[in-house]
Amino acid sequence: MRIEDVHQRLLDRFGTEAIRELKTGVKDPWIEVAADRIADVARFIHDEPDIKLDGLNDLCGSDWLETDPKKKNPCDPHVEVVYHLYSYTHKYFCKLKIKTPRWTDGQAGQLPQVPSVAGVWGIADWHEREAFDLVGIEFTNHPNLRRILCPEDWEGHPLRKDYEFPLEYHGVRGK
Amino acid sequence: MSLTLEDPRIIEFDVRTDEMLVNMGPQHPSTHGVLRLLLKTDGEIIHEVTPHIGYLHRCAEKIGENLATPQWIPYTDRMDYLAAMNMNLGFALTVEKLIGMEVPEKAMTLRVIISELNRIASHLVGMGAYGLDLGTFSPFLYAFREREIILDLFEEVCGARLTYSYITVGGATHDLPGEITIPPGLAQLTGRDPNMRLQWVDAVRMFLDWMTPRIKEYHTLLTRNAIFIKRTADLGILTREMAISYGCTGPVLRGSGVDHDLRRDGEPIYTRMYEGYNYKIPVAPFTDPEYGKLPKEVVLGDNWCRFFVRMMEVVQSISLVRQAMDKYPTAKGEYRVPYKMSTKLPSDEVYLETECPRGQMGFYVVGDGDAEPFRARAKSSCFCNLSITGPLCKGVLIADIPAIVGSLDIVMGEIDR
Repeated sequence: MRIEDVHQRLLDRFGTEAIRELKTGVKDPWIEVAADRIADVARFIHDEPDIKLDGLNDLCGSDWLETDPKKKNPCDPHVEVVYHLYSYTHKYFCKLKIKTPRWTDGQAGQLPQVPSVAGVWGIADWHEREAFDLVGIEFTNHPNLRRILCPEDWEGHPLRKDYEFPLEYHGVRGK
Repeated sequence: MSLTLEDPRIIEFDVRTDEMLVNMGPQHPSTHGVLRLLLKTDGEIIHEVTPHIGYLHRCAEKIGENLATPQWIPYTDRMDYLAAMNMNLGFALTVEKLIGMEVPEKAMTLRVIISELNRIASHLVGMGAYGLDLGTFSPFLYAFREREIILDLFEEVCGARLTYSYITVGGATHDLPGEITIPPGLAQLTGRDPNMRLQWVDAVRMFLDWMTPRIKEYHTLLTRNAIFIKRTADLGILTREMAISYGCTGPVLRGSGVDHDLRRDGEPIYTRMYEGYNYKIPVAPFTDPEYGKLPKEVVLGDNWCRFFVRMMEVVQSISLVRQAMDKYPTAKGEYRVPYKMSTKLPSDEVYLETECPRGQMGFYVVGDGDAEPFRARAKSSCFCNLSITGPLCKGVLIADIPAIVGSLDIVMGEIDR
């Protein structure tokens, strides 16, 4: 199974509305999936016997915003969630990606919402908590969406590119 | 309302057990660092375990976005500080994959020697610390005696004993040293003159020759020890499906019977380092007659299996180091390809996992045409391995928690990053 075959199977099953593009010509090709359909797509590629992507190697978010005014933005500002998958049955790698606006309705502070895949891969529970904590992505239907690495009363999401380090935390000087 | 002695409610009150919340850690000696386990217990029985992590969090990923890639190598040291060389290797390979660099054969052979030696040292700590968790002190002393010599040898290589930053983008910072004075520990253990001068590779060989017969001692002390078997076998059973679902990797995965090792099954940029080497991948239930007869209490996927995978990997790593040292003098090329700090990373993104002693450590680097990565991500293997504690510890006794957490062999520096 190659990523092209997975892409074709996904297109047949979900259509072009949900499966956006297959990015090739890069070191690790990826399939871009519509954010609101990711849970269904995940369930499908996990269960389908000939695809069987049963291992989630990594799930991470990244914030695409260029804060340096001297440089031009690599692309429109957005937030990505990247899924690195591996099939222990068929021994191949696959990569999925979803893109979502940085804030819901363009209002700063309103975290973007992405369906959780914690029901499909057990480890997604912790990885999603980490992405929520550090990048600021709200995973809907997550069983227990709390901060995991930062303290519970921490403000902001440190891996956001426009994050500002707090000046003070419980009486400890920040800067 | 008055109660009489015969009233059943009194007896009920006397022996009734309440559910109780107990904090284990973050300063508990057998949680391997600052890990806090919140236990919900009924008497001695665990109902629920919630790990709380993040006490060592320093957001290394944010730091990585502001540094050129070779400058972030020291931060990878401080993640899994017991296997810093393997961490350096993982990140260096990821950057090499991103910029499309191929290191020469000599650099690859050097990397095999160094990272497999570090694997031995790391598994020795894993073994010794697991003994400590279960209440036996002596294996720890043996383990640290051997590890000390590896650290001395690494000190000769790069000057550092714990955080090496030795393997870097393009190869390594220095070539292997030539003539050295024998490490004091090795001189004492082998009865040599402490001022003896010898080649570094010969010192490694001398150490491996000395250590190989000692492995039998560790097995006597722990592996086949009746108390050890009682504490570990048939406990903390991790099924194959659960291990895959929870992203467990390394010895934890192989202890559950999944035959998967990135040195053989990984991406080409990593597996080509190990091409032409002869080694086995120990996988539970250890059907190979070389592993001997297993104790009859052992069940596939229990604590004992995970421990035994590590012990058997030490043997394989010794053999790998020996083979690599035979190849090293005739290996072609240089020990490094020059890499400038200001080299611009291409606008692309790569993810690469390598087989570290504790599991598959992954790095994800996004370049945007600058020397600093746009996003640097470290996926920790222990993070995934630790996430299994909740399901594994349901219904066990409090005393069994150190046995289960210890068998996962976690390092908090890597989990919290």
